[in-house]
Amino acid sequence: MPTSIKDLDAEALYQVLFGQVRAGLAGVPDAAIVGIHSGGAWLAERLAADLGLQQRFGSIDVSFYRDDYAKKGLHPDVKPTQIGFNVDRATIVLVDDVLYTGRTTRAAINVLFDYGRPARIMLAALADRGGRELPVAADFVATTVALAPQQSLALARATDGQFTLTIEQDHA
Amino acid sequence: MLNPQLNKNGELQHLLSIEGLPKSIVNHILDTASSFVGISDREVKKVPLMRGKSVFNLFFENSTRTRTTFEIASKRLSADVINLNIQASSASKGESLLDTIDNLSAMHADMFVVRHAQSGAPYLIAKHLIDTRQSHVHVVNAGDGRHAHPTQGLLDMYTIRHYKKDFTNLTVAIVGDILHSRVARSDIHALTTLGVPEVRAIGPHTLLPGGLEQMGVRVFTNMDEGLKGVDVIIMLRLQNERMSGALLPSAQEYFKSYGLTPERLALAKPDAIVMHPGPMNRGVEIDSAVADGAQAVILPQVTFGIAVRMAVMSILAGTQG
Repeated sequence: MPTSIKDLDAEALYQVLFGQVRAGLAGVPDAAIVGIHSGGAWLAERLAADLGLQQRFGSIDVSFYRDDYAKKGLHPDVKPTQIGFNVDRATIVLVDDVLYTGRTTRAAINVLFDYGRPARIMLAALADRGGRELPVAADFVATTVALAPQQSLALARATDGQFTLTIEQDHA
Repeated sequence: MLNPQLNKNGELQHLLSIEGLPKSIVNHILDTASSFVGISDREVKKVPLMRGKSVFNLFFENSTRTRTTFEIASKRLSADVINLNIQASSASKGESLLDTIDNLSAMHADMFVVRHAQSGAPYLIAKHLIDTRQSHVHVVNAGDGRHAHPTQGLLDMYTIRHYKKDFTNLTVAIVGDILHSRVARSDIHALTTLGVPEVRAIGPHTLLPGGLEQMGVRVFTNMDEGLKGVDVIIMLRLQNERMSGALLPSAQEYFKSYGLTPERLALAKPDAIVMHPGPMNRGVEIDSAVADGAQAVILPQVTFGIAVRMAVMSILAGTQG
């Protein structure tokens, strides 16, 4: 059952996601957490801290791997991708804030493979809003939301680290 | 004046000169380059951004280093790169520059990287592409005559930012043959655009162009005075062909007055960095002890140059005409 918009408490959803990821990684060797800029990287940073995996944390900017580059050009605010651990044989939880078409996930998986050959990649998202255009599914997801195509879901992080989720109307 | 570098939305369409580029675009290039630096350390030193694009290196004038770094940058962006040895081809058979361009465009070129002895040749090509509605094809100036060498200027700025973090409290000295140097011109425009408060030009009268003061540059003919308290020293190559003219007495004489020695370097700030666009003439403009010393950042310049050229090409290729 999709969550109604007013119930989107990002902090509560984070706790749900954290519980799922912790259970999913129990006993898994060489686990690592990698977030997709910018919202996914914030979530991944906190997950890595809460799981004691600070040394196995990375962040990805998918700008150089996007499939809409020819149409939209280079993103104006590209951040460096930072992966400070050995990707070979790692079990990586890839974290995004909102799972939508699956295109960002596809690009992020390609980035990871240019760093090495992971044993396994799992996908975690705070919210799944449906609308998939690629065969991508999350292993861990805190909630599902129904949104109109012109709406988008934005994660924000306050200076004290608290997360909030807001619905934004895109200007078409 | 027409600025064919920017499209109607103010986005970078061609890179012809740093002059006339807004600060926001210069910073965007430098920021993007910093994301490309790490790619050289990865297992796969390539990103798929320009997959299926064709980059033509058109070097009407020789340059091994610049051509090689553009070739590496293209390959790391997954573009197909074609090097044309112009001297040995159509130009020597009498084909005009723009006919060469039209023929290569008919082969579905996406980008031209142009080095030419004539100032303005890349402008001519860019304007021709716009006039003939081929604005999906992009031009990068890889050095034209005495006019501009914008990617060298940008990689110099990247290097300065890497070591000094902030431009707004720096004193930068450019030393040597300013008159014939497209690097000096591009550096001066870039430093001014980025808000460097003091740019100095140091050289003999015969190698200093007029109008430097109007560009906001402090001019010194005495090197010891000019180097006092500077944060960055950009040495220029003394082009050997100038020696045969009446501009300079001899290489030894030049080194005595304008060569960067450890003693002279000591006049700059203790943490000053020494840059050189290469190729260096050791013992003419720079002493080996300085070139190989702890303050030299000449080889990092080369490494950063690849990332900066990747940034320029990927921004251009993503801009709609």
